[in-house]
Amino acid sequence: MLEIAGKTFRSRLFGGTGKFASAKVMKEALMASGSEMITVALRRVDLNDPEDDIMANLDRDHFWFLPNTSGARDAEEAIRLANLARAVGNTNWLKLEVTPDPRTLLPDPIETLRATELLVKDGFVVLPYMNADPILALKLQDVGAAAVMPLGSPIGTNQGVLTKFQVKIIIDQARVPVVVDAGLGAPSHAAAAMEMGADAVLVNTAIAVAGDPVRMARAFAAAVDAGRAAFESGLGRQGPEASASSPETGLDFLR
Amino acid sequence: MFILPPFKSLQKQIAASTKADVKQALVASHAGIDGLAALLSPRAEEMLPQLAARSAEITAARFGRTIQLYAPVYVSSFCTNKCAYCGFSAENKIERRVLSLDEAEAEMDILHRRGFNHILLVAGEAPAKVGVDYLAELARRTRDRFAAITIEVQPLSTADYATLFKAGITGVAVYQETYDPIIYKQVHLSGKKADYDYRLKSPARVAEAGMREVGIGTLMGLANWRAEGLALGLHLAWLRKHFWRTNFTVSFPRMRPAEGDFHPLEETSEKQLSQLLFALRIFDHDVGLVLSTREEERYRNGMIGLGPTRYSAGSCTAPGGYTEPDSALEQFSVGDHRSLPEVCDAIRSKGHDPVHKDWDAVFQAGQPII
Repeated sequence: MLEIAGKTFRSRLFGGTGKFASAKVMKEALMASGSEMITVALRRVDLNDPEDDIMANLDRDHFWFLPNTSGARDAEEAIRLANLARAVGNTNWLKLEVTPDPRTLLPDPIETLRATELLVKDGFVVLPYMNADPILALKLQDVGAAAVMPLGSPIGTNQGVLTKFQVKIIIDQARVPVVVDAGLGAPSHAAAAMEMGADAVLVNTAIAVAGDPVRMARAFAAAVDAGRAAFESGLGRQGPEASASSPETGLDFLR
Repeated sequence: MFILPPFKSLQKQIAASTKADVKQALVASHAGIDGLAALLSPRAEEMLPQLAARSAEITAARFGRTIQLYAPVYVSSFCTNKCAYCGFSAENKIERRVLSLDEAEAEMDILHRRGFNHILLVAGEAPAKVGVDYLAELARRTRDRFAAITIEVQPLSTADYATLFKAGITGVAVYQETYDPIIYKQVHLSGKKADYDYRLKSPARVAEAGMREVGIGTLMGLANWRAEGLALGLHLAWLRKHFWRTNFTVSFPRMRPAEGDFHPLEETSEKQLSQLLFALRIFDHDVGLVLSTREEERYRNGMIGLGPTRYSAGSCTAPGGYTEPDSALEQFSVGDHRSLPEVCDAIRSKGHDPVHKDWDAVFQAGQPII
């Protein structure tokens, strides 16, 4: 089972609450996905208001809430949002997003590292959204990130894991779970990330904007399970050459 | 802290490996710990050529066609430990010697003139004879002439390692000798080395202190070599996860004839040593693998390109042995007596480049840039 900061999750598919046609569809899709961790944009919801259409439709006993700092442009803004989440949302978990460029929404590595260090010191469980930079991933772990969330491709692009070479290095070196986030546009993309050994994936847009979000949620759940099973079963190496069954490496010198 | 599973459970895990597990480890992009267990198993013995081929392929991809060269300088044969297998053991009635700083520098100068740029300083574990001050001073005196000076001495504190790093030492070898705690106790009879846990924690202290390189290893001939291999893999993987800035090397010296009448508790054949080496290379593509002059010329020539990345050459294991070649004070007798140029010729004749310099003292603070 997946474990993050001492909490276990059966499902390795994390969901989000954005972009659904209605709160009702959101609820049905998230239930169908089997997800147990749901990220919620602090700028979108009113955690205080039980009538808020997102909050009213999601049972916090069923879903573990992961507030995110979507919209923050620097560490200071992210920290203010984090403190809001802790004060009214009754959680110290945080998906840290620092995205100064509103066009690409790519994460700022310097501000993200700085905010992670400060928030961890302040008692937050921080899961930073990050570009797929292996050294940054190591440095985020060094300052106490509970997981790292490298992007597969820029958010909303549906391009899949374009960063697979970098993500693979991040997975190989990680001391904390690696959650591939952003850009997963099809179940096959999620399966690919899981086959590489990602501990989980976060999918929002591809489910929310599908023609049938509920069926798409089920498709992603099945793909995540398949990818994980393949990883745990041990995949063969991909290469242009077949392994020679009788290699020519001479070992005649051995006594 | 690194915690090793029970040694017996490692042996069981290896024994449970099937031929299919070996094949899977050979085709996977990364074998993983289960793959390492399979590659160390008896099932993998019949596939040794396949192991060699995969190891050679990875080594060429990660290190190119090169072999790094170094030479040891033994500065002291005094030791406060009683270790059943070692020529320098405290109870052995041998003539002992500690080099003065001038004498040690003279030994290093001889090696420098012979073309060595990487030096490993070795001493028995007697802090009163060779302590931090001695090593720091020797490094300060000689660092301008060498690309890298590493040490293999008693384990030290993190603060002491940091002091030595500042003085110009770039790496530390601290071998567990055996990961089997029962055998460890049997052969380390007294002295500080008798503390298994302290020694096991030492490589992490070295890395924590900021050293560029940490060498771990086992002395082949003490415990079951297959389980030692798996323990080395587990230790290495743990160190990599926790100290990602550090380079690691692994050594598996086979026991050589030495003072005292200790006989190896376990025999390790050349085939088995090779299997261990190939398995570790397939498990960890980037680890430096050391093959010293303990092994014979024929074996060392044969292994060029198959996995090892670092060879010693022209080695003498007696303090002062380069200045006085007839010295009888050696820790053990070596298996390969060739000079540096002879070893380099052999490396070149197999299409590899003997690398004398692969570091620069200027990386470290305190060294003038010009």
